[in-house]
Parts: sequence; structure tokens; C-alpha cells
Amino acid sequence: MKHEVKEAGASVVVAFEGDIDLQTSPAAREALLEAVGMGKPVVVDLAAVSYIDSSGVASLVEALQTAKKGGQDLTLAAVSDGAMRVLKLARLDAVFTIHDSVDDAV
Amino acid sequence: MSETPEPQETETSAPRNVIEVRDLVTHYGDRMILKGISMDVHADEIMVIMGGSGSGKSTLLRHLMALEHHTSGTMRILGQDIDELNNVELVDLRQKLGVAFQGGALFSSMTVGENVMLPLFEHTKLDRKTMEIMTRMKLQVVELGGFENLMPSELSGGMIKRAAFARAIVMDPKILFCDEPSAGLDPVVASQLDDLILLLRDALGMTVVVVTHELDSAFKIADRITVLDRGEILFIGTPDELRASDNQRIQNLLNRVAEDDTMDAETYLNRLTGDEPAYRPL
Repeated sequence: MKHEVKEAGASVVVAFEGDIDLQTSPAAREALLEAVGMGKPVVVDLAAVSYIDSSGVASLVEALQTAKKGGQDLTLAAVSDGAMRVLKLARLDAVFTIHDSVDDAV
Repeated sequence: MSETPEPQETETSAPRNVIEVRDLVTHYGDRMILKGISMDVHADEIMVIMGGSGSGKSTLLRHLMALEHHTSGTMRILGQDIDELNNVELVDLRQKLGVAFQGGALFSSMTVGENVMLPLFEHTKLDRKTMEIMTRMKLQVVELGGFENLMPSELSGGMIKRAAFARAIVMDPKILFCDEPSAGLDPVVASQLDDLILLLRDALGMTVVVVTHELDSAFKIADRITVLDRGEILFIGTPDELRASDNQRIQNLLNRVAEDDTMDAETYLNRLTGDEPAYRPL
């Protein structure tokens, strides 16, 4: 898994690429919490994520809660069908704000 | 997950096999239990294994979970020949397999949440917060959201089964094994568990292998059914093909007709006196 953090307008975009699983989710979690720590709205770009397991989703949940406590937004963009199935199964599709693309989110 | 070797397809249109068993023979002591089993389990399917008492279905399940030695034959699980794996590789493989045991097998001294979280503690180095969220997510999936602080003794039979499912799927296994998931449950709760198995397959793309003697459950959830009889495969096919079978032994199974126990007197004597060695787990 790789990730890139960049600023787009008033937001911080965290773009992940590859699989987010038990091995890689600790790095994803760290990247997400760092981005939240920047104090701006965070957009998580999942367009290039081929697979995300529940440890990856848990990292997203923790980052969302941390952002909310700081009065920030954290939204998801370009969620794949597979990732959406995981989110829906855990009833998280109603918890996250999900955009079709990063352009829609920023 | 990226490091999982992908089994090779033999043809473009062929289903991908996550389990391949060829000529599997196994003994408990001198007694042959499985007599040359060959079968495949396809990715994303629900394979139900049925058979009467002593048919070898529970033994086969333990072999499919890479928990026992076999006498001869080959077994490939997620593309790996288990005879070629060392202990570390075997442990790694087992982490990709989830198991919901018949009785739930929850630790009575631990809360429901601690039980579900246990595999994460044992096999990962995830942050505690991540593990807690994963545990609550999986409890939500099995409709036990908010029950993580209860003790197993405070749960009903159906709730214990669902908690066992939550633990079995907490690490997102590639293959989920279920041993008699409906046993001891009333029909309504059993049907809810069937729905849960279907949900896990459909939503998470898990391959599910279920051992059951519950015909209603088998016909509801199975993509394919394997019928074992006295250590041999009697049938592999779809539920419709099973119903249409004119094999007398299959009809006996479907109609719940008891068959004669053909165990000879010497085998029975050895079993009673303990001269027939117990099985040998890996």
C-alpha cells in the first residue's frame, strides 16, 4: 500500500493506493491521524484502493471520530464497490459522507 | 490480501478453487475414516457437507481446516500444499481461515468483546483502538452491537452462536468453516443464522464450508452439497441435483431413514475398550 497527502483548496486529501489490510492498516491509520492533525477538512481518496479489510475500515472510523472531536470534516471519495460492501455490512455507509470523486469532495 | 498466493485456474471459465483435495485417506489408529476423498471448494461459494453419524464429515472438516495429519493424498488450501508447509507457514495459513465451532467455544471468563477480539490479540500487532472498533463492527454485523461487555453466560444459545461467528470473521478470513451452526437451536434462530451465513458470503465474498445435518438449512444456503457416506463421497452437486438423485442412500438421507450399523463386532469391542486409538491432531 502507498499513500500520498496533498492539499487541495481548503482540504487535505489523503490518497491511498493498493490493499489496506491487517499488514498495511497501521500505516494507513498513522497517515489518517496525521492528516486530521493538520486541522483542515480531510478527504480520503479510495479510488486506487483495490481491497480494504475491516482493520482499514476501523482506521477510517477512528480518524472520523478524531476529526469530529476537533470540529473537522472527514469524508470519503471514490469508494470502490468492494469497500462499499464492507461499509454497508457494518452500517457505516450512513456514518461517513461519501462523494463520487475527490473533485466533488473538495 | 496481497500476499495470498492465488490458486491457478485450469481453464478460463473454470471456477477458482480455494480448496483442492485429492485422494485423501486418513486413519484413526487402524480404522480408516476417509477413504480416498477428492473434492474442490470454489471461491465465494457455500459448500455444505452432509452425512450421517460416522460418515466422516467432521473429520473431513478438520482436515479442510488444516488441523490434522492425513495418511495419504494431497490437500491444497488457498493454493498452498499443506504437506509442504512448515509450522510457521501453517500458522500463517490458519490465520486466513475462520472457524465457528459447534458449541460456540467462547471462553467463559472473558467478555463477549474479549472473546471476539482474541484472534486479533494473538495474531496481529494492531493498535488496541483499531481492534476494539473491529470487534464492535463484527458484533454489529451479527446483530450483537452493544453486547461486548456481557459475559457468555448472559447470552442465549443463538447469541452465543452469533458471537462465535463474530470471532470467526474478526480477521476477515478467506474461508469460513462452520461446524453444525444450527445444532440445538430453534427453527427461527437457526434460520437467522442461515441468513447470516448468506450475508457473509454475499457481502464479504467469503467462501463458506458448513457441516450440518439440518436438511432445511443445507438446502437454503448451499451452492453445492457434498454427501459423505462411510468415509466416501456419495454425491457432490447442487441442491436441485441432490433432490433429483435416485441413489437409495441419498434418498435415505433426505428422508431420514435409518440404516443398519455395519460396524463389525471386533471394531465395536475395540472402540468400547479404548483399543482403537483416538485421532491425532496436528
